Amino acid sequence: MTDDTTSHLHTDEDQRWPETKKGIVRDAFGVALATGAYGTSFGAISIASGLTLLQTCILSLVMFTGGSQFALVGVIAGGGNPVAGAATAAMLGSRNALYGIRMAALLKVKGWRRFATAQLVIDETTAMAVGRHSERASRLGFYATGLLLFTLWNLGTLVGGIGADFVSDPKVLGLDAAATGAFVALLAPQVRGGEAWAIALAAGAVAVASSPFVPGGVPVLIAALVALAFGFRPGTNAPKDEA
Amino acid sequence: MIWLGIALGCLGCYAFKLAGLSVPHKVLENSRVRRISALMPVALLAALIAVQTFTDGQRIVFDARVVGLLVALLAVWRKWPFLVVVFLAAASTALVRLAFGA
Repeated sequence: MTDDTTSHLHTDEDQRWPETKKGIVRDAFGVALATGAYGTSFGAISIASGLTLLQTCILSLVMFTGGSQFALVGVIAGGGNPVAGAATAAMLGSRNALYGIRMAALLKVKGWRRFATAQLVIDETTAMAVGRHSERASRLGFYATGLLLFTLWNLGTLVGGIGADFVSDPKVLGLDAAATGAFVALLAPQVRGGEAWAIALAAGAVAVASSPFVPGGVPVLIAALVALAFGFRPGTNAPKDEA
Repeated sequence: MIWLGIALGCLGCYAFKLAGLSVPHKVLENSRVRRISALMPVALLAALIAVQTFTDGQRIVFDARVVGLLVALLAVWRKWPFLVVVFLAAASTALVRLAFGA
């Protein structure tokens, strides 16, 4: 959002702010609740993979990026080397760097706050921050989702870890599809117009098509090339910033 | 050994998060960088959805999850609330598994 646009929308935006704020916090809670439910399945799977409750909880607190956590415990469950698991987890987590670049422009955090904010840069917080009409709405989307999700993801992990015997197979409850549903709901507001649709479909196709040939986590990174290709398309001007 | 994996994994993941957030302001002002970083979440989220739905490890598969995705897309198209979308995706997938034992 350029300064120019901000001043144009200022009064109107101010008037609607309380309502906007309520809506964002409600959505953030919804995202956090769904992720927390999914967190129970992480807790259960982690224990079933042979990790202790302490190790499981530390992963959710410190690693705090779902896909990477599932990847690490998946490798350990399959009898793989935990260091190889760590590499897979890091590779999957590398997309957060790409989100971070986007968030750096929106959040403009400096000093020690950058180190705390970095921990919250994940799929859900990024998705809740982009596509907003103002910077403060983006910030609220990011931090409200980040803090609520951090709390519920860790609570969910603990509950799932303790009750491992009851939810050891997340597939029975369709919990794996719950995560997909959440991503669809998060992506939808961003897919406006032909170009966004083209990018989404191309990225999905590239990721699936490449998955037989590369290790887990890499297909998603290969799909990042789709965004690069569209970004470098000749004759395209940079957007005024839709955030 | 598990602790080593946890420590390295956590370190790697945090390093990536911090690296993105630490890109200098000057680079971010570049119009090309702004455009690409705006397109990036769309590509990555779509890729995640596709991989979570159509692959199992390194195999491409079509199973109950496809139904969950279609139901989620329908719910999003009808502009139903977030939690409803999530619930319907999970429930429809679970029902198909229950019905077909897949």
